[in-house]
Amino acid sequence: MKLRVNAFWLSCAAVVGGGLVLTEVLHNDYYFNALYVILQGTLMAVAWNILGGFTGYVNFGSAGFFAVGAYTSIFLDKYFGHTLPLPVLIAAAAAVCALIGLGVGYLSLRLKGVYFSIATLAMAIVFATLISNWRYMGGARGAYILTPDTYLWFHSYIQMLFMVMLLLTLGAVAISRHLNTSRLGHGLAAIRDDEVAAECAGVPTLRLKLISTTLMGALMGVAGAPYPFFVTFVDPASAFSLFVAVNAIAMPMIGGTSHWIGPVIGAVLLGSMQQVITVTVSSELNVLLVGVMLVGFVTLAPQGIVGLVQKYWRRRTR
Amino acid sequence: MMKRRSFMRASLASGVIALAAATGSLISFPAQAAKPLKIGFSMALSGGLAGAGKAALIAMEIWKDDINKKGGLLGRPVQFVYYDDATNPSTVPGIYTKLLDVDKVDLVVSSYGTNEISPAMPIVMRKKLVFPSLFGLAVNDQFHYNRYFQIMPAGPEPKTDWSKGFFELASEQNPKPESVAILAADSDFALAAAAGAKVNAKKYGFKIVYDKTYPPGTPDFTPIVRAIQAAQPDLVYVASYPPGSVGMVKAAREVGLKAKMFGGGMVGLQFAGIQKNLGPMLDNIVNYHFWVPAKTLNFPGVNEFLKKYEEAAKGKGVDPLGQYLPPYAYAYMQVLGQAIEATHGTDQAKLAAYMHKHTFSTVVGNVKFGSNGEWAHTRVLMTQFRNVKPNDLDQFRKEGTQVVLYPRQWKSGNMVYPFNK
Amino acid sequence: MLSVDLLSNALVAGILLGGFYAAVSIGLAISFGQLDIVNIAHPAFVIVGSYVAWILNSRFGFDPVLVGVLAAPAFFLVGMVMYRIYYAAFERTGQESLSGLAFFFGVMFILEVGLMLVYGVDYRLVSASYIGKSLHFGWVGVPFRMLVPFAVALVMTGGIWLYLSRTFTGRAILAVAQDPLALQLMGADPVRIKQFAFGLAIATTSIAGSLLIMIGPVEPSIGRDYIGRVFAIVVLGGMGSISGMFIAAMILGVVESVVSTFAGPSWAPAVAFGVLLLTLALRPSGLFGRR
Repeated sequence: MKLRVNAFWLSCAAVVGGGLVLTEVLHNDYYFNALYVILQGTLMAVAWNILGGFTGYVNFGSAGFFAVGAYTSIFLDKYFGHTLPLPVLIAAAAAVCALIGLGVGYLSLRLKGVYFSIATLAMAIVFATLISNWRYMGGARGAYILTPDTYLWFHSYIQMLFMVMLLLTLGAVAISRHLNTSRLGHGLAAIRDDEVAAECAGVPTLRLKLISTTLMGALMGVAGAPYPFFVTFVDPASAFSLFVAVNAIAMPMIGGTSHWIGPVIGAVLLGSMQQVITVTVSSELNVLLVGVMLVGFVTLAPQGIVGLVQKYWRRRTR
Repeated sequence: MMKRRSFMRASLASGVIALAAATGSLISFPAQAAKPLKIGFSMALSGGLAGAGKAALIAMEIWKDDINKKGGLLGRPVQFVYYDDATNPSTVPGIYTKLLDVDKVDLVVSSYGTNEISPAMPIVMRKKLVFPSLFGLAVNDQFHYNRYFQIMPAGPEPKTDWSKGFFELASEQNPKPESVAILAADSDFALAAAAGAKVNAKKYGFKIVYDKTYPPGTPDFTPIVRAIQAAQPDLVYVASYPPGSVGMVKAAREVGLKAKMFGGGMVGLQFAGIQKNLGPMLDNIVNYHFWVPAKTLNFPGVNEFLKKYEEAAKGKGVDPLGQYLPPYAYAYMQVLGQAIEATHGTDQAKLAAYMHKHTFSTVVGNVKFGSNGEWAHTRVLMTQFRNVKPNDLDQFRKEGTQVVLYPRQWKSGNMVYPFNK
Repeated sequence: MLSVDLLSNALVAGILLGGFYAAVSIGLAISFGQLDIVNIAHPAFVIVGSYVAWILNSRFGFDPVLVGVLAAPAFFLVGMVMYRIYYAAFERTGQESLSGLAFFFGVMFILEVGLMLVYGVDYRLVSASYIGKSLHFGWVGVPFRMLVPFAVALVMTGGIWLYLSRTFTGRAILAVAQDPLALQLMGADPVRIKQFAFGLAIATTSIAGSLLIMIGPVEPSIGRDYIGRVFAIVVLGGMGSISGMFIAAMILGVVESVVSTFAGPSWAPAVAFGVLLLTLALRPSGLFGRR
């Protein structure tokens, strides 16, 4: 066990180191923009999977958490006159979305399966309408966040955002991995497989579900918090976009939902493909890609890439 | 038999090769000698704004072909490097950094729409690039960038200039109307236009008796029209996107809206497919437009351009007549091209200075920018639909169905008032 | 401000709108409400129906509703094929909850982009002689543009309700979700019954699409506005109940219309979904749900 734990943390350190090296070596901001989007997708996918893959509750309203995170960031930045540093904004977004996640957790008491999913969708629409009508934050007109001038020792603001997102994503992956391999994770899996039986067997289903939804909410809020600084203009239509919600589901499904590394693989694969297509073939095909990959994987490889790999290993060891 | 067939094949092959060589030699003149001049941008080719984006791209490519036929810019062939931003703002920073850092384009222009223009601003500002911009409302009010140039003719105060014409026309009527109802779609352009309308309403002394917004995706506007009617406004100013514009026009006709003036800021009533479908329901609506076939707007090159556009737009699933956005997409490239030729280069500082000082002659008339990058003089037209026949696309190609009422220097006819005769 | 004629018009408009919502949701009431298939691509199929209506209306001048009805058998076949794929990939292996959902998400995107690639993104509209005219009963106005969809929806809902309760296949459809084994013992093959039912659900999208494009302009991505609404209506009405769905659609239409008239249209979606959330919190089986 000790060796494996070290391997994980070592690779994390290597990734962080690699990221820092990139910021020194690469002066083309393009790569950092592209990597930022991929990392954001990864963070959302990992967060979604905590509730979806591990616990078995499908969240349709991921865009809602993401957008609330983004708008929390905007609100605090405006209210305090651009004086709060980014980590504070991220922490605040995490806290707000964690609370919402907690609420959603209580919702799961009354609603199971598809009803839960519909409720998350309804919740996202209610939030979108509320924010659209909130004039202070620009409402449906959107809000501008101007790129700050300070970016520590990096060569540009996007490099700093990239490193921030990298650290946040690795943090989320670590949390997800811990959940997956710990006793907590076994409890979640029990809920996913048969909630009633789990309850009968003494698993504290409510507490575990609340932990699951709160974590998911917090991490999605974290993914949304730096977004306004990335795009400079946020309006409800783009923050609450269906694309964000579908990617959050598609990436873990393609990668594999039962293992913590699944969403990472799915996000890196799908995210990179989307980035490449944007700057090569470049058209509606990007959306078609998500559709086709989703349908393809889901029909032919329902356990995702992780499942395919596991099947392959099993066949080899036989 | 074999010999004849192989002889035939050989002669056919050599004929093809000869033909290819001949054609190739024709094509390789004029532009192979000089390095291409690359202009980079992102454009909404899919997603919500794709209708406008695709039409704009067609217009820009017509400009590129026109300019290359004349030998290019500075003797270099013009080449576009563009990517689809899918009406998704998060793709824009990546696209513009790729264009500048990887593709190494010489110049950039914007995408279409506030959502897609804004994310590019920090990048172009950092690199101090001239940024010709296609139809974003008051983006520069936030950034105060002195190398931003907006081709939408609602300047120098875009937010209020948009609706100024509507209210000025209203204030000229005798007896003067008293009240106005304002409805806007819950989206950035419409809300900005409505905010400007409120300012104008107060300035011209009208009482606001209804002031609401509607969410996109509203299927039926009958309750909204009835609620407006209940407030008994003399004027009804609507800032809407195509589904709302169509919905409001149809509902207003069905309910029998009794207002004296109706229209204002309805996007979509300039699109050929919608104009054809609404037909006589459009009569007497006073709405904004940027260009209509009127003798006062017969600028050099605009009719030729529209003919080329119509040809190019066939089968592409975009507006077939292209009177709204495409002439401006062509014009903003003209502005850039003329500035490059005049300053004999692509020095961004010189280009910016030239573009601020000079008046350009384009297919949409004379273009002069103010200090904030918006037009120095507004040219948001207020036009009125007149005697529209049902199901007839051709009538919109000719003068007569859309009469220009404002600004005065472009006026082509008198106003019919009140609206519901 | 609360005047009688304004209120009565708001109610009438809401009822007509509700009828239209019912037409859009009835297919989902079958596929989701009775067969438990989370067909999130349902609104996308409706948009395809709108495009079929547009093509035949603009080229040949056929009445849109007529086109919707004539095209329904083709949609029925497509639905059957889709179900076959869905069954083979998911139901048989027990994966339907998440994978089936993701499958339909993918289908939705493919349909939307397909339409964009073939027909472009310009708004499409239909014309018919009665669009733009309205009936007036005293101070209440009833536009044909809304009345025709309401009438068609009423006929469609009534027809399907009768079918499900009176014919053998219909009752088999009602039975198949409740107790497939018992159904088998009664001599019907559950898979074939479900296939038929899903085909029926998709066939309704042909008609619903023609109604949609009659009410307003259509372009490929507007289906997304309806995803939330149709699921809300089916859940609110109660899974498995056609009459419940119809009443839920009415409620949603009236709430949207009244809120729009008196409070302002921007609050209509929040209220509608607030109603849904409230129902889910207090009575998750919906108004007329059997479970």
